[in-house]
Amino acid sequence: MSEPKAPVGGITESPAGFAQVLKAAGLAPTWDAVGGSVADLGLADATTVLAVRYDAGVYMIGDRQATEGYSVAHRKMKKVFPSDDFSAVAISGTAGLAIELVKLFQTELEHYEKLEGTRLSLEGRANFLARLVRQQLPMAFQGLVVVPLFCGFDHLVGSGRLFTFDVVGGRYEEDDFGATGSGSREAKSYLRSHFDPAMDAEEGLSVAMRSLVAAAEQDVATSGPDVRRGIYPNVIRINVDGLVELADEEIAPIAEAALEMVR
Amino acid sequence: MTMPFYVPPEQLVKDRADFARKGIARGRSIAAVEYETGILLLAENPSGTLHKISEIYDRIAFAGVGKFNEFELLRVAGIRHADVKGYMYSRSDVSAKSLVNAFAQTLGNIFTHEVKPFEVELLVAELGVGDQPNRMYRVLYDGTLYDQSGCVAIGGNAEDLSERLEAAYRPGLSLAEAVRLAAGAFEDEVEGWEGAILDRNGHRRAFRKLTAEEIAGFIADA
Repeated sequence: MSEPKAPVGGITESPAGFAQVLKAAGLAPTWDAVGGSVADLGLADATTVLAVRYDAGVYMIGDRQATEGYSVAHRKMKKVFPSDDFSAVAISGTAGLAIELVKLFQTELEHYEKLEGTRLSLEGRANFLARLVRQQLPMAFQGLVVVPLFCGFDHLVGSGRLFTFDVVGGRYEEDDFGATGSGSREAKSYLRSHFDPAMDAEEGLSVAMRSLVAAAEQDVATSGPDVRRGIYPNVIRINVDGLVELADEEIAPIAEAALEMVR
Repeated sequence: MTMPFYVPPEQLVKDRADFARKGIARGRSIAAVEYETGILLLAENPSGTLHKISEIYDRIAFAGVGKFNEFELLRVAGIRHADVKGYMYSRSDVSAKSLVNAFAQTLGNIFTHEVKPFEVELLVAELGVGDQPNRMYRVLYDGTLYDQSGCVAIGGNAEDLSERLEAAYRPGLSLAEAVRLAAGAFEDEVEGWEGAILDRNGHRRAFRKLTAEEIAGFIADA
């Protein structure tokens, strides 16, 4: 700990979040963009993740596969993360960058909560994530793209909300569902015909799982539930009571049913 | 050219210590008591918003008495220290020991080098992992460190409070018993409570604030 020289958080200073603290300490994650092709660097890409609203909250679900060109890089990758007790973030794109982004996002939210004694508003969390994505823009021009998905329960509004992003840090709120990654087009086209805002928790999970299976059917980079190896998608459910990461035992029957229904 | 008067170091330290102690004595006290599954921190605090007890990290809590702006500055620095360390290495590498060492260094330097010492006293509690013992540290205004177990008190009335706590303390208390024990050790009329626990509840973040109703409920249960 260095000597506190000026009053911490004095009124003449701009509010310092965790990212600023890291920067001041010279520890902020940076990737110096250099010229050249990234195609042969052997970087893992995270594929399809999606979020769906249901009557009491929101589901977030992601497949487990990371690809490296035409090969499978990892079969058990996690792409859906709790960001705090009432929100979750999912990632697609260059995996290494995305995981660091999630770690920074999680730490920032907890840091804020501890300093202020209260959680950042859901809008505030989404805006902050947009800023993190915007900082990655130079990397995006190198071909290293990171696009997250964010959802949570907003106590000010009293409902689940979800946000999609683009590489320039654009933040878009979705009323019904959102998806990002290589299989997102197929997932969204499935959801467009099967989504119903009045779905309860059970139907919501089934629809979310089926849309992921539909994406895996069409997109080679996305893996569906891998029954043979016992690898199932990660699922997070958020409602007024908080966030739950569903256990594999709970996911397995739903995933197997979805495999039967989507062909 | 004027010559500064010679002040012997003994006198200098004594004057500063007296000044800091006087400032701390004006404030109210905080008690920490270990119970069966965790650590209770209980403070006398009439304000519902200006907190003295805070979460630092997954298993570490902080309490400060004395001048609010001074212990608030240390609290913020402590959270930064812990978060940066956990981000750089791993969450399990953040320990109360390195944190209180940093607090002690900072307070020690301020005590000897600054125009006036900080009028604060800190308590840092850490919940042991698995069957590891809990740790409780008391940091004084001049950087002096104490490692304590069972029960601790800090603040203006710490000596008396600590005596009463120790007289009533026994290992293996329930949370309700710990609250009653701690509340009973504050002798005078108390205008309001602020309480928090570090509890082995299975969650990563073991810290939880107790609501005023919870505390009143525990005290009334007797």
